[in-house]
Amino acid sequence: MDIIEDIRNKVQITEHGVGNVHSTSFPGGHEGYTDSWNQTQFEKGFRVDILQLAEDELEFDMVGIDAAIANAFRRILLAEVPTMAIEKVFIYNNTSIIQDEVLAHRLGLIPIKADPRMFEYRQQGDVEGTADDTIEFQLQVKCTKHPNAKDATDPDDLYKDHKVTTKYMKWVPIGNQAQIFKEDDLRPVNTDILIAKLRPGQEINLKMHCVKGIGKDHAKFSPVATASYRLLPDIQLKQIIEDELAERLQKCFSPGVIELDNVDGNKRARVAHPRRDTCSREFFRHPDLKDLVEYSRIRDHFIFSVESTGVMPPEVLVCEAIKVLMGKCRTFLAELTDVKSNPPKKKK
Amino acid sequence: MDQQDTSTVKRLEIIESHRDDDTCQTFVFHDEDHTLGNALAYMVLKNPDVQFAGYSVPHPSENRINLRIQTNGAQATDVLQKGLTDLNKCCEHVLKTFETRAKEYKRSQKRNIPQDIEMQLDT
Repeated sequence: MDIIEDIRNKVQITEHGVGNVHSTSFPGGHEGYTDSWNQTQFEKGFRVDILQLAEDELEFDMVGIDAAIANAFRRILLAEVPTMAIEKVFIYNNTSIIQDEVLAHRLGLIPIKADPRMFEYRQQGDVEGTADDTIEFQLQVKCTKHPNAKDATDPDDLYKDHKVTTKYMKWVPIGNQAQIFKEDDLRPVNTDILIAKLRPGQEINLKMHCVKGIGKDHAKFSPVATASYRLLPDIQLKQIIEDELAERLQKCFSPGVIELDNVDGNKRARVAHPRRDTCSREFFRHPDLKDLVEYSRIRDHFIFSVESTGVMPPEVLVCEAIKVLMGKCRTFLAELTDVKSNPPKKKK
Repeated sequence: MDQQDTSTVKRLEIIESHRDDDTCQTFVFHDEDHTLGNALAYMVLKNPDVQFAGYSVPHPSENRINLRIQTNGAQATDVLQKGLTDLNKCCEHVLKTFETRAKEYKRSQKRNIPQDIEMQLDT
């Protein structure tokens, strides 16, 4: 085993901590390695494998990239991919027991299914909003008594419209929006989110403005429920482990990680699916096992898990996140050319 | 909400130094954080001309980062430019790879669904 290779490629998991956490692959870091940025070499080693893609869940592997860049994608997913969310609430009447400000806050957190790429950011100080930057919804509900429910005790039988859910939110097209969008393009993601509960005589009458924003400004704009990655675990058995020891080793890891093979009538431990391991470090608690296993994670193998709130499909979110980082690079490249052509005056 | 309109606002600033030295400079990136800071510092460090590169968030409630670059003779602005270009190219490849793989996955899923139904019908 080449020690230098291990330092470069693996993050050690030790009994009481982690080792070799930082990337060391920089020019002048290790003898015999160039380590300067090489696009061709990067493209050769880079890989993406999609493991699972559902309506709002995505799991994929990103291999051959540094944590600095992978982490940038994760952070952008959480805080910088724009979405539409309710920002202004105009309350005309609210006689429910939920206070105006609490109601407004609850409304803000409702995920809105609308493609933010079709909208602009609203200009600062603009209260009215235009068709390019605002989606308007209306919520008008009045609770009434159910006429033929004398002996009932269940509120569902006693009252009509007593549960205000996102189902009641009606989209009000502004300007030419009715021609551009269909009824189904702009709506709350879920129709069953409970906003407030009413009793007969109480009513809610309000208008909402959705605007484009990013999670850095307010968490309601975050397009993901979670976006995280973990490094692929790597488990190496230093010697043959059999029988009672092997069975105990198997129990120390998550189910499926260690398999027992029958070799000459003995049960022999084999690492079958290191991906399933949670890196619990349980085996370090067994004095006779702790020196038999080399435990680490692969430094450049990221297992991403992205769970969308439903506003956009998760694979679109990842693409948008990458584009946001590219956008940052381009913005600053343009500014740098500006600065270079008119350098700041030096102090004498 | 008010952070996004940056078309007219300068977001990159070079801190003036008393010494007339173009190889050592500190750049201020307004309205940026660890997201760009760490990725860019990594890319700049990958350049063999660079002696030192590092970033800091000077204060948690100020929305900016400082990126310090010291080189072995190259202009710091050139080094930064290379870093940004490399990072952009890297992202381009990641995006291209991801898009292709996502398309491939969706296509393979479509092919598998009828098979699954067949399997269910068999049993």
